[in-house]
Amino acid sequence: MKAVSGMHELSIAMSIVQMAEEEATQRNVRVSAVHLKLGMLSGVVKEALLFSYGIACDGTLLQGSQLLIEEIPVEVFCDTCQGNRKLASMQWFACPDCGTATPMVVHGKELEVTALEIQ
Amino acid sequence: MSNSQPRLLEIRKNVLKQNDVIARALRERFHAQGTFVVSLVSSPGTGKTAFLESTLRSLRQRFRVAALVGDLATDNDAARLARSQAPVKQITTGTLCHLEAAMVQNSLEGWDVGELDFLFIENVGNLVCPSSYDLGENLRLVLLSVTEGEDKPLKYPTIFNSADVAVITKMDLAAAVEFDEAAVMANIHAVRPGMQVFKVSAKTGAGMDGYLHFLAQRRAELRSVVAVQS
Repeated sequence: MKAVSGMHELSIAMSIVQMAEEEATQRNVRVSAVHLKLGMLSGVVKEALLFSYGIACDGTLLQGSQLLIEEIPVEVFCDTCQGNRKLASMQWFACPDCGTATPMVVHGKELEVTALEIQ
Repeated sequence: MSNSQPRLLEIRKNVLKQNDVIARALRERFHAQGTFVVSLVSSPGTGKTAFLESTLRSLRQRFRVAALVGDLATDNDAARLARSQAPVKQITTGTLCHLEAAMVQNSLEGWDVGELDFLFIENVGNLVCPSSYDLGENLRLVLLSVTEGEDKPLKYPTIFNSADVAVITKMDLAAAVEFDEAAVMANIHAVRPGMQVFKVSAKTGAGMDGYLHFLAQRRAELRSVVAVQS
């Protein structure tokens, strides 16, 4: 516990577990997996979150459940192309097609539970 | 829900919803009180506290100001900031690496600080964890000192994206450490095109006037929006 207590991924994992537990109790079902959308700009590291999830599940209704993460790439709006474009690199916020610099992030900040697998 | 596949229950819930709800309530409350809230994030050792002390000293001549300061264990920063004569309150986070909106809310409770023009929130020194948490601030500053690597914005694009303005600190040391200003500016703008950048030295005061003027202006703009709405 101590090794990960400095990571915010643990508190995020605990929020996910709590959220799923509430649904499980309310609907009287068992949750076997949690589906999560994780944006590359969310500030949350996938590996650290997976590690924390196991710990957060311990002793809860979610014990033994899986966290299934769908990583969402960063998408920006390009003013020149008038459309959304996926960034080629997190170190270069520019349209991959025309090179126009853009700070307008459309996707990539997601941190959202999208579904539960129930039994 | 009726059209969802069997055994798969779609729910769509933002994991940070609880924090966001509190942050929104804080922002509305600050807005109604006319308080402009500025948060500061940076690595440890960037000079957040010296920069904030200088900010508080200058602003308190014209405005009612106060600061909340997050720190893992000690109250050293709060003690240093108190030298500015502005009201300062410590949020000790223990082992937690960032501030959350609920901590700001709890700290404000029972703190008889009166009506404020500016509230500053100094986050825990960390360029990773604070980026995900809305604290109800109007403006988030990310600080970077000339003694850090010029590639820091490239290493931490997320925090630079979550901030509104960048401040380069310790400019008085720029020549001594052969600070490559053009490279830092290019790197900041690579991860956040168009970001406003202030270059300051809290020690000599260089660059502080422009930044303080900017804060006062941003607050005035927000006030005029409130006036129009009401």
